[in-house]
Amino acid sequence: MSGIRDIPCSAVTDAVKGLFLEANNALGEDVLAALKQARKIEISELGRHALDQILENAVIAGSTSLPLCQDTGFSVIFLEVGQNVHLVAGDLREAIQDGVRQAYTEGYFRKSVCDPLTRANTTDNLPAVIYTEIVPGDRLKIIAMPKGGGSENMSGTAMLLPTAGYEGVKCYVAEQVQAAGSNACPPMIVGVGIGGTIEQSALLAKKALLRPVGRSNEQDARLRRLEREILYEINKSGIGPQGYGGIVTALAVHAEMMPCHIASLPVSVNIQCHVARHKEIIL
Amino acid sequence: MKGILALHTPLTGALCTSLRSGDRILLNGEIYTARDAAHQRIFEAIDGGCPLPFPLQGAVIFYAGPTPARPGVSMGAIGPTTSGRMDPFTPKLLEMGLKGMIGKGKRSVEVRDAIRRFEGVYFGAMGGIAALMARHVRHAERVAYGDLGPEGIMRLDVVDLPLVVINDGHGGDLYEEAIRRYRQ
Repeated sequence: MSGIRDIPCSAVTDAVKGLFLEANNALGEDVLAALKQARKIEISELGRHALDQILENAVIAGSTSLPLCQDTGFSVIFLEVGQNVHLVAGDLREAIQDGVRQAYTEGYFRKSVCDPLTRANTTDNLPAVIYTEIVPGDRLKIIAMPKGGGSENMSGTAMLLPTAGYEGVKCYVAEQVQAAGSNACPPMIVGVGIGGTIEQSALLAKKALLRPVGRSNEQDARLRRLEREILYEINKSGIGPQGYGGIVTALAVHAEMMPCHIASLPVSVNIQCHVARHKEIIL
Repeated sequence: MKGILALHTPLTGALCTSLRSGDRILLNGEIYTARDAAHQRIFEAIDGGCPLPFPLQGAVIFYAGPTPARPGVSMGAIGPTTSGRMDPFTPKLLEMGLKGMIGKGKRSVEVRDAIRRFEGVYFGAMGGIAALMARHVRHAERVAYGDLGPEGIMRLDVVDLPLVVINDGHGGDLYEEAIRRYRQ
């Protein structure tokens, strides 16, 4: 183990700001590659037209500094804090919120966060949702994920019967995605979280969306099979890009799993639209 | 699939009923943005007998909340939100003269019936191409409910806004037809 390493909170603010500015304007290479591949294989004319427009939009956003989507999202942040990191000269949570505020102001992003009951806008896209994990080492990894509301609305959690098993999970996920249909801006990426407790399954599903698009689960062959089979089912549905018909309804299914209570089988589906935005940095 | 049709607002019943689900459209003229909170306010105005923020006759509503415009330009990124959330409000608005709606996602049976009865049309705009869409807005101006921030009502002057007819006045539904055609 190395010694304690100081990281000033101002560095966190700058990093968070930079990540959200970048994420809202530029798609990752993995997403672009998946969309180009989809364009090659899509059989419906309107579906291909939709994919052409999505690819053209990425070029325009890149050259104009306009965001890819008007829904610049709820700001979700994943922190992996090395246990030998010492955050100095400030308050970590404040530093993160400042970074979000600066990005959404200077980037001319939409402020999409409001009081749940009065619906009064908080006007700075705050608060962000922050997940913190303590890990070995002396580095700080920050992942920024602006998450759109349309696809989030079509996500869901089910507490299945423990005896529902593999087929039960597969059915629930495929049905949830097909019910989402055109509402969730397909082609989508489908995050699946199996096991844990109710909130842990949802978090697994969201974290699954952080994987490069189409990279299958590296730990468990059963999940690799599940991902393939669910993707096949979804893409047989006919929904297609934007719901205009075709064979590319989802670009990928990413599943994560952990053990659960003997009485339970929690399953969560977190749907991500084709504007799959997440950027990371290691300090 | 037919060629691409250029339309101009305000829309008429005759024009709407000439459209068919799956038609590609380039829309021109003035349209208004309104999403959840603005719909609620419009209904409060209707119930209270107050003047409406824009004339509904022949109007087209875009279910959209754009990003703020940078200095020197009138429009930020713009695109559709999920239309189904506005379903409870829509039949009444169609009855009062609204002709077109622009959004994404499925509509309720009640909305589809009202589109048929009142000779309206529901257009799909693509989600997630908001930088491209912004190029089709020549001018934008806030006309009501500024306190709602991105949910306020804006009047947009659009040029060749690329759309697809989802629900037509004859019961056609592109989403259902697409599934019937491409389901394996």
